[in-house]
Amino acid sequence: MPIDWQTFRLTLQLAFTVSLILLALGVPIAYWIAFSRWRWKFLVEAVVALPIVLPPTVLGFYVLVALGPRSPLGRWWISLTGHTLAFTFTGLAIGSILYSLPFAVQPFAASFSAVDRKLIAASATLGASSVRTFFRIVAPISVSGLVTGVALSFAHTMGEFGVVLMVGGNIPGITRTVSIDIYDRVQSGDYAGANQTALVLLIVCFALLAVVYGLNRRASVLYPIK
Amino acid sequence: MSDIRPATVVAENPVSSPSATLLRASFEKQLRSQHGQFRLEVEFEVPSGFTILFGASGAGKTTVLDCLAGLAAPDLGTISLGHRPLFDSSRRTNTPTAHRRVGYVFQSLALFPHMTVEQNVAYGIAHLPHDERARRVATLLDAFRISHLTKRKAGNISGGESQRVALARTLVTDPEFLLMDEPLAALDAPTKARIIEDLREWNRAHSIPILYVTHSREEVFALGERVVVLDGGRVLAQGTPHQVLNAPYRETVAQLAGVENIFDAVVEAVHPERGTMTCRIPGDAGAVVLETPLVRGGVGSMLRIGIRAGDILLAITPPTGLSARNVIPGRIQSLEQRDVIVSAQVRCRVLMEVHLTMAARDSLGLVPGKEVWLVIKTHSCHLLQC
Repeated sequence: MPIDWQTFRLTLQLAFTVSLILLALGVPIAYWIAFSRWRWKFLVEAVVALPIVLPPTVLGFYVLVALGPRSPLGRWWISLTGHTLAFTFTGLAIGSILYSLPFAVQPFAASFSAVDRKLIAASATLGASSVRTFFRIVAPISVSGLVTGVALSFAHTMGEFGVVLMVGGNIPGITRTVSIDIYDRVQSGDYAGANQTALVLLIVCFALLAVVYGLNRRASVLYPIK
Repeated sequence: MSDIRPATVVAENPVSSPSATLLRASFEKQLRSQHGQFRLEVEFEVPSGFTILFGASGAGKTTVLDCLAGLAAPDLGTISLGHRPLFDSSRRTNTPTAHRRVGYVFQSLALFPHMTVEQNVAYGIAHLPHDERARRVATLLDAFRISHLTKRKAGNISGGESQRVALARTLVTDPEFLLMDEPLAALDAPTKARIIEDLREWNRAHSIPILYVTHSREEVFALGERVVVLDGGRVLAQGTPHQVLNAPYRETVAQLAGVENIFDAVVEAVHPERGTMTCRIPGDAGAVVLETPLVRGGVGSMLRIGIRAGDILLAITPPTGLSARNVIPGRIQSLEQRDVIVSAQVRCRVLMEVHLTMAARDSLGLVPGKEVWLVIKTHSCHLLQC
């Protein structure tokens, strides 16, 4: 069987969606983790880190249950849209976001924490709000951590398998990603197709990461962190 | 602890301008340091002009500045600028840093490394229209002689230049009070003096309270119209450097202020008509007798005398015809050179440290073992609380 380009399109679409949403969602979470002085903060950090240790099938299972028609969230979604979240692209994206959350939040939080607190204090004494301080001082200095977090969550989503299988199933054009396509080909004895598909995935991932890290190297020269 | 005199000498406000704002602080804060719990409890005033916050490392100076700037909150107390309350624990007032109109020059300077000098200086006035902003930035860059650095990255300029950029960046916002945390500590004396002179020039027009933190006593005398002495989280004394460092004071202040010679003494006689008294410092072979200023306390009372090493004159023949009342024979035990001064240990029944210049050492031919006479004015003998 020839390479199924639709699965590539779908996988890239999923990876872009997930990494962009994680940028928007991960930045405030990471900011809070880096700067909050709440004494129970470590509990939140542990929850964020959970997907690193949990088997993807466990995470996928809980997401499936949470999105299904028996959970309040699932019922609310059905009353809103008329169909269930499970086995849809949206459901797949939600599962993937949870699964890749630590890969975005941890580099973000590490780079925010590394910003010299005196720079933040100086910005405040110069009359800047914390939002302005974030966009003018914290974010530019943390740019390499931000790029790393986005790149990691992108790569992690490209390669995920367990969560996709649990939450998305295997619906061509909707939830069938490259990794599942490869698995199917191996199951059905199509080793040549699996080989070609895997090779293309490898090249695409390498090219993307090379571009990102290449840009990041320039960025860290632009913004030297002392 | 005796009660010779109250330790706190509060000077009358040396600034007479009625519009001048006064920064007042009276607060407490519990701190945790490496050395365990530590209580900061301070009360002081900063009128317009330079006030020095003086104290050893760990005295709580930076925390005081952070509380004034709103970067840290006291547990209890009030901070106000003129009629404007900045912090009041009883009314739960705590103006955020960004609204305090404070200028804060950090010890590390905290220049934004990813921005140019110009962007750093313009940072605090982004709300102004473009032309006004450019004009103000140009004025400040000019006033602090850094116009040639405009387009340079803040990470790539020299130490002295960085200090000037940090000052310009702070002052361009027209702060209503200025806090400086040893920003000039790393600079050589001439560079420092030029920057201070530029800052004084700026403040002649603006006349805001400036609180300048240092642990260097040279800076206290060089800069300060007023000084607040902080030790162990408390204000030991405040007033003019002359009042604080020359009046009877606690031994802690004496040590902070660099009084090298401190002796226990007994009052032998009082001369109220002359305003002096005679004190005896017991030594290993007899005693040294000194005439000192008169303070409360009768014959036989114990006190402590401090004499600055730089206040003692040294002669190689018995001096005559002097106004100074104390001439003490002794012998040089050792000579040590520190920077540009020479420190001599002179054995005169007690061991006394004397500072002199290299030129004086050479022209008098001073060597260890040489016989000398120490000349000490009555008012160079400071009576300390102990």
